[in-house]
Amino acid sequence: MKISKRTFDAVIVGAGGAGLRAALQLSEAGLKTAVLTKVFPTRSHTVAAQGGVAASLGNSEEDHWHWHMYDTVKGSDWLGDQDAIEFMCRKANEVVIELEHYGMPFDRTDAGKIYQRPFGGHMSNFGEKPVRRSCAAADRTGHAMLHALYQRNVRANTQFFVEWLALDLIRDAEGDVLGVTALEMETGEIVAFQSKATIFATGGAGRIYHSSTNAFINTGDGLGMAARAGIPLEDMEFWQFHPTGVAGAGVLITEGVRGEGGILRNSSGERFMERYAPNAKDLASRDVVSRAMVTEINEGRGCGPNKDFVLLDITHLDPKVIMQRLPGIREISIQFAGTDPIKEPIPVVPTCHYQMGGIPTNYSGQVVAPRGASMSVAVPGFYAAGECACASVHGANRLGTNSLLDLLVFGKSAGETAVEDVRKSTKAHKELPQEAIDRTLARLARLDTQKEGADAHESRLAMQRTMQNHCGVFRFADKLKEGVSKILEVQQDVQRVAIKDKSKVFNTARIEALELDNLIEVAVATMISAEARKESRGAHVRDDAQDTPEHPNGRDDTNWLKHSLWFKEGNRLDYKSVKLTPLTVDTIELKKRAY
Amino acid sequence: MTTRTMQFKIYRYDPDKDDKPYMQDISVEVDATDRKLLDAMVKLKAKDDTLSFRRSCREGVCGSDAVNINGRNGLACLTDLKDLSGTVVLRPLPGLPVIRDLIVDMTQFFKQYHSIKPYLINNDPPPETERLQTPEEREELNGLYECILCACCSTACPSFWWNPDKYVGPAGLLQAYRFIADTRDQATSERLDNLEDPYRLFRCHSIMNCVDVCPKGLNPMRAIGKIKDALTRRAV
Repeated sequence: MKISKRTFDAVIVGAGGAGLRAALQLSEAGLKTAVLTKVFPTRSHTVAAQGGVAASLGNSEEDHWHWHMYDTVKGSDWLGDQDAIEFMCRKANEVVIELEHYGMPFDRTDAGKIYQRPFGGHMSNFGEKPVRRSCAAADRTGHAMLHALYQRNVRANTQFFVEWLALDLIRDAEGDVLGVTALEMETGEIVAFQSKATIFATGGAGRIYHSSTNAFINTGDGLGMAARAGIPLEDMEFWQFHPTGVAGAGVLITEGVRGEGGILRNSSGERFMERYAPNAKDLASRDVVSRAMVTEINEGRGCGPNKDFVLLDITHLDPKVIMQRLPGIREISIQFAGTDPIKEPIPVVPTCHYQMGGIPTNYSGQVVAPRGASMSVAVPGFYAAGECACASVHGANRLGTNSLLDLLVFGKSAGETAVEDVRKSTKAHKELPQEAIDRTLARLARLDTQKEGADAHESRLAMQRTMQNHCGVFRFADKLKEGVSKILEVQQDVQRVAIKDKSKVFNTARIEALELDNLIEVAVATMISAEARKESRGAHVRDDAQDTPEHPNGRDDTNWLKHSLWFKEGNRLDYKSVKLTPLTVDTIELKKRAY
Repeated sequence: MTTRTMQFKIYRYDPDKDDKPYMQDISVEVDATDRKLLDAMVKLKAKDDTLSFRRSCREGVCGSDAVNINGRNGLACLTDLKDLSGTVVLRPLPGLPVIRDLIVDMTQFFKQYHSIKPYLINNDPPPETERLQTPEEREELNGLYECILCACCSTACPSFWWNPDKYVGPAGLLQAYRFIADTRDQATSERLDNLEDPYRLFRCHSIMNCVDVCPKGLNPMRAIGKIKDALTRRAV
């Protein structure tokens, strides 16, 4: 069957922070660009980021990009690629200042500069003491950033395709990426978007877990599309559990609360982080704080009737500070925890928040995959940035505020690289292979015709519970093994999901079923990669890899200082080395991670 | 766990199969873990997958799930179930064309937003560092920049219902003032010219529905008043 085709220089999928930042490069360069987004741009999940964006501006005290780089490498538990990390930390000031020039309403210091607050894992002088590095707009930094980026795109006349869901990556026999197929939600029309550059900025997939800070839309669409087109997914076992999700609701409470002086307390009111991280205390890295909280709860020191949460206390802060710096948190707390944090502490639990892994890229934003003898060869025409990509700057654990930085730096560099590549290319667009289009049509036809089958809602729940119970904050060898067979069973169900809604017009049942196709790829990749990694590192901590003198914190650099690559075909795993050589400075040498 | 049955009356219309809209009676069991209206709507959708509505962040920052709840515009994710008794009537936001069920066509709303040039205009060459702004100057943007473009206000405004093509509406005007109030912006006079028109700004008759329904507690009417003041100051 033929479908209509539209041709562009570049197609960007996703209009969150990374997609919008990339779009600016392309629009301002005058390239014919289409930005496909399944929600209106300002509804993207970047909007929910709260605490800030990291940059060593040094507006309140001395800071240096090299210190930021050190913290990021240490935070990553040495799994991050040091070339990409140096690139990101050095670019931070430039991209944050650009954003200010775009109109971002940052809070200000008395001197009129961008306000900066301390954040977990960000220290001065190579790990000495917390430093003010997080550039913030109250506790609505993501909202302010996403709107500023969208507004700048309005000024640049970027062409948006709003409420279009990308369905499959179009890749030909030579492995070149030639665009995507997409569905217009309002009409149900399917269109092939042909392009010389395809940039994925589709965000995370936190909805594979039952308890998540993520929006409903975070369904890993880019990862699913990439995996189905034969691109491996990197380091998928590493998921960040944010220490402070509102107990029961999962809604995020920023680490900025602790940056402003908030304290975590157990049932006896003890500031327990002093025991786990004597130096950084409540501002230790997120994986460290989350494990400490779960340990407190497991050992019976949790709060509430079921002793299943701890308390985040800011009652000692001046209410004026709370109203000025944390107004959104107060709103969320009243709405979702039923407590006013000026008067009472907030009940919190670690909640799935961020995917460190993703589509493998280099620091120029090109997607890289094994080819011949090399493990990292650029896939022609394909770029990725933001949470869907793995550059890898976050390695085994991301520092707070490095995600907003990641999407700015790599959104921009992916955009720049795409502009260069499109300008260099002298050839016309390649012919689109029919089989890629047929694959999309077959998926849709199945949903249109299948009358009996698995329930989408139930299958999604089964996936989320399996991930939650078998692949959480602490991981167990036997649970992971069982998790692999369970998630593969759920995958069977997902393949025979049937929907009752057959309408062409804004069919959200169909959209959710197509999203579930993507989620399940991410869930399977996560479980299989996690089961295979027989060490503890960063956010991946297992019972059979404990802290020993030979393996500090259970980390095994001899065998596991390497990136995982999961391939959909045959659920095969492969590994590639970590880039330990930065661009200009010395390697940050491996050592035991402590805060 | 204790559950209760909630009754709903929901506006349904699928142009692919329905000749005209109708109200569907449907009920759902909710329990203590269901705090917000959106939780109940997600359960309703699990029961009847044809029910269509937008939703994303479920915490009141993305602006997707604005609907008309018992006659009043609001966000489903910020509406407490415990405050809803009897049959809950859900309709799409009033005044905009319906695409399907609770999903409205927001083209006109965004067109008005775009018409106010919602971006910083500063034609000086950008400095090496940030443009300075005192904390007091920055504070002028509070109550303005937080808008989530959910359209609760504009679609509660009779002036917008009557002239959606000519009247900017409260959401657009709030953003117009957000840039007028920004000390970094140099286009105040151009922005005021753009609004000095019997319809674009002056269709606001201070009905205050916008203030009443804003789920973020913002006050578009005050911003509109400040734009009118600026125009008056300019005239004398």
